[in-house]
Amino acid sequence: MTVFGPIGFLVPWLLVALIALPVLWLILRAIPPAPIRQRFPGVALLLGLKDDESVSDRTPWWLLLLRMLAVAAMIVGLAGPVLNPEDDGQAGTGPLLIVMDGSWAGATQWPRQIEAVAGELRRAGTANREVALLHLADPQQPVFQAANTIAARLPGVVPAPWQPGDAADLIARLPEGNFETVWFSDALAYPAHARLLEALEARGPVRVTQAVTDVIALTPAAYVDGLIELTALRVSPGSERGVTVLAQGRDPAGNAAILASANAAFGPGDTRAETSLSLPSELRARVTRFEVQGARSSGAVTLVDDSLRRREIALIAGREGREGLELLSPLHYLERALEPTADLLRGALGDVLPANPDVIVLADVATLSDGEAEAISAWIEDGGLLLRFAGPRVAASDISRIDEDPLMPVRLRSGGRSVGGAMSWGSPKTLAPFKEGSPFFGLEIPADVAITAQVMAQPDPTLAERVVAELSDGTPLVTRKRVGQGQIVLFHVTANAEWSSLPLSGLFVEMLERLAVSSTSSAPSAGDLEGTIWTPQIVMDGFGALRDAGSMPGVAGPRLVTDPAGPDLLPGVYTSGDRSLARNVLTAGATLEATQWPARIAVSGLIIVPEQPLGGLLLGLAIGLLLADVIASLALSGRLTGRVRAGGAAAIGVALLIATLPQGPARAQQGPADQIAAASEVVLAHVITGNKEIDDVAQAGLRGLSDTLFFRTSVEPAPPIGVDLETDELAFFPMLYWPITPDQPRPSREAYAKLNDYLRSGGLILFDTRDADIAGFGTASANGRKLQDLAAPLDIPALEPIPRDHVLTRTFYLLQDFPGRHLNGEIWVEAAPPGAEQVEGMPFRNLNDGVTPVVIGGNDWAAAWAVTSNGQYMLPVGRGFGGERQRELAFRFGVNLVMHVLTGNYKSDQVHVPALLDRLGQ
Amino acid sequence: MTTPVALREKAETEAARLPELLARAEHLAGAVLLGDHGRRRAGAGDDFWQYRPAQLGDSRRMIDHRRSAMGDVQFVREREWQIAQSVMLWVDQGASMRFASKPDLGTKAERARVLGLAAAILLVRGGERVGLTGTRLPPRRGNMQILRLAEVFSEDAEDDYAPPEHRAMVPHARALFISDFMGDVEAVRTALTKAADRGVRGVLLHVLDPAEEAFPFRGRTVFESMGGTMEHETLKASDLRDRYLDRLAARKAELQHLCSVAGWQYGLHHTNSSAQSGLLWIWRALDGGRERP
Repeated sequence: MTVFGPIGFLVPWLLVALIALPVLWLILRAIPPAPIRQRFPGVALLLGLKDDESVSDRTPWWLLLLRMLAVAAMIVGLAGPVLNPEDDGQAGTGPLLIVMDGSWAGATQWPRQIEAVAGELRRAGTANREVALLHLADPQQPVFQAANTIAARLPGVVPAPWQPGDAADLIARLPEGNFETVWFSDALAYPAHARLLEALEARGPVRVTQAVTDVIALTPAAYVDGLIELTALRVSPGSERGVTVLAQGRDPAGNAAILASANAAFGPGDTRAETSLSLPSELRARVTRFEVQGARSSGAVTLVDDSLRRREIALIAGREGREGLELLSPLHYLERALEPTADLLRGALGDVLPANPDVIVLADVATLSDGEAEAISAWIEDGGLLLRFAGPRVAASDISRIDEDPLMPVRLRSGGRSVGGAMSWGSPKTLAPFKEGSPFFGLEIPADVAITAQVMAQPDPTLAERVVAELSDGTPLVTRKRVGQGQIVLFHVTANAEWSSLPLSGLFVEMLERLAVSSTSSAPSAGDLEGTIWTPQIVMDGFGALRDAGSMPGVAGPRLVTDPAGPDLLPGVYTSGDRSLARNVLTAGATLEATQWPARIAVSGLIIVPEQPLGGLLLGLAIGLLLADVIASLALSGRLTGRVRAGGAAAIGVALLIATLPQGPARAQQGPADQIAAASEVVLAHVITGNKEIDDVAQAGLRGLSDTLFFRTSVEPAPPIGVDLETDELAFFPMLYWPITPDQPRPSREAYAKLNDYLRSGGLILFDTRDADIAGFGTASANGRKLQDLAAPLDIPALEPIPRDHVLTRTFYLLQDFPGRHLNGEIWVEAAPPGAEQVEGMPFRNLNDGVTPVVIGGNDWAAAWAVTSNGQYMLPVGRGFGGERQRELAFRFGVNLVMHVLTGNYKSDQVHVPALLDRLGQ
Repeated sequence: MTTPVALREKAETEAARLPELLARAEHLAGAVLLGDHGRRRAGAGDDFWQYRPAQLGDSRRMIDHRRSAMGDVQFVREREWQIAQSVMLWVDQGASMRFASKPDLGTKAERARVLGLAAAILLVRGGERVGLTGTRLPPRRGNMQILRLAEVFSEDAEDDYAPPEHRAMVPHARALFISDFMGDVEAVRTALTKAADRGVRGVLLHVLDPAEEAFPFRGRTVFESMGGTMEHETLKASDLRDRYLDRLAARKAELQHLCSVAGWQYGLHHTNSSAQSGLLWIWRALDGGRERP
């Protein structure tokens, strides 16, 4: 290939032909256009007229130019021009190894990377080089093969959700001999990198192509004092940049949704950006993962385990059995506050503890049995939160009086105090602002919260650090003590409104929420998981897409925490028993480091300019110019007159239309206007079978039936409509007439879904096999078989031949048979319920309550009903008077059917009218 | 040598064309009200003219007794002098007439024949004798003559430009020449001169195609006569237009001059105008076949 600037030519010597252009110019210029032969009687008058000497009938210059351009375009086009040729004459020789990092860091840029690899493969292919591909994160033994063999495998090459692993293993996989290396790097450093580079350089030159855009990753979410803290990382400390972190989960309806979003901003030169989300616990519990918006990489996704699930809270009150005094119940306000966000456990303490709740609330419980106290202590040690409320019993008891009770945060003074009451000095106390370090810090204190009584803490050296909330006079209101991994919190007031208005305020709920959040279990350590096996439930691929883990093997607990992710430890959600644990690509304190390439390695960006052959374009241009030349020549020589001009214009128009129109058959669509028309009146409809004759007869038949209904009954239908099952909405039609032809197309699944909806919502389909024969046992005729085929996916109940007391026999006319153009075919309707018995004294059984969803027959009713547009019967029925009688009965059947569809079981119920009237009379 | 089979086939073809031509001509003629053809003076005829007192020399048989019985004077019933006029047609059958610039326009020959035959039908209905100039079809009356005329009209001549037939013209007859007069004008001059010599007066209808008036040609063109005997090549047809139109105008002027000299009437008809207007013009020009005072 010869390359001039950005354009290369496959057959450059063909361009020599361009030299001939000036010669062609001269030749073409000398040749006048061919004359038209024109028959003209007036030639006798023309004889002897001389042409003006100055008239030179040469081809005009612009036409010549047009032709020259066409020829030039053709020559250049045939020379095979290629814009941005990949084969720029610098393709090397010898085998080529393509190395891809293939980690999650490159996933966002993956399509471009694959495109770049494909371009490299094409270049190698044109240079007849053998190529091998080494995917570092998911290594397979590279084998040198023809480039297009590798190219065929490219779609299956996907990024792995982990970093490349062991250098020794990778080096061992390198093929024999010397080769050139092209390394597609993800810009993220990993331990094996330097050694691998050395090994590759020992075998031949190394080129590096690196994705230029930044790698963004997200560390696991942490929950700190009611806020979800999220940290985004990036590789290179560049300029200021903001990222949006989305909280993905399920909305209350169970659909995937974005529940919240937060913006994190990288400062200039920063590689970390932090943000926090404050979510209501109900919403928080539904979050399944956080991800960086727009980053299609598993590193930018962090999964959430059950640390956000609804907490289990056990409520235990000291005072029970006062039925009816609900508002005085010590637990009433707690229940109301906690119910929306937590699962509440009721029962005796001994029953609740084995359920291992997150929180146990003791409201005005003074004493616990020793066994209970021990169990609770152990539970607190393991991370439980014991929330106690004071109350008359606590105040009256001696608990934690002399020695600090293990289950009390502080010592209490006897009796408590009462302020602001009728018998005391002072006014009710309010809360002092929460101090920094308190879990309640930052909560706003409503002015109307007043404390009238409380239990008092004994002053102790440890008291100050245990107070998390205090009153305006400095007495502690809430105290907290950490025990092991858990804590004990005491509210020095009651949980109801007896001692304070705190439980009535929103602050109470917020305080409980803060406490409940801070009670979540912290991230487990390897030791915690010793001896457990965790099975993956959901795993992530390199793009951050989640999939079901299927039957992947379980992982030992410590490995889950300590080992790096790899083929046998995929990032995802793992469960063990009821607990679930999220294993993310990045761990909590992770940082990202950029790959450091030595100065001797050439690193190029991922700039892909696709090769674009221009030959077709130029040849097309040449043909276009030649076409223009044809028209111009015709116009010049005067042949482009009248009809030719119109025809030419039409042909060009048609050609343009064909070129611009999207291919595919045009389908008639039911427009909104049609739908409104169909919905505003009773409209009979028939299914369009595709057989024009049948459809016309069906249309005419329904027209005849509509007319009959109009004349004889109060049903006044609009003109019937043909419906296309695929495109049209069926809900407007009370009844569908469906003639069966052996060759009609089977409706699509969507159409069947629509039909089933239609049947379930009270529609009726009249199937007509039109063969005068068996409708139910379709083995005998093609139409019957087609009917079986068509109706198989429909939701049709059990059928029976129409019983003589079916409501169809009497909805308008009294009928005993239902002829169409054929006389004696049996028709089938929904079977009567098995228990239907004829009651003594009633003419009819009490059959189906609703409308039969289908009527199946073969009497070709449409043909009997069919009328032409001027009201004449379209097809003959029977002979003579008998035939007319048959047609009349066919119409009566149609009237009965439409009445049945429109009135349902009304006529059946009419049977009871005499009995009802009789009863009313008495 | 014409085999009987071929002859018959040709005859059938011709016969198939005849009714069409006839029907169209009849249709055209039906639109023209027939005038009376009396000579406005007493003479031999069927229509009553006047009663006049019998004079000396009148035969007794001429006395109208019904009128005479009303008085003492004897009256003779005179009839209007009705004499059949001979009208001689010449319709150009030359190749140049078979030209139509657009497919939806008829050829000039078609129009000329329809007009000629329609005029003949009207004349025959009016009791005149109609024939062709030349010896082939001398003037006769009656519907058979129409059929014969139609038959003759459906023959095409070989020549490019047929000269007007001026032989065997009946003296003091009327004549109707229909042609495009694109050929040699000398032949027309000769014919008209001879007609004037014999006291024949008539009408010259110049039938032209709109393209012949407009000359809508451009570019390098070889013009051929319809028979292919003449051709003229030009490099730029649009340049010829003005000169052609000048020549056409000169031709028309010359024809008009010839007519005025010979006491004929000159009419111009275009194939894109309605045949009806052409027929009406002919009818007026022939003055309903009536001899001018």
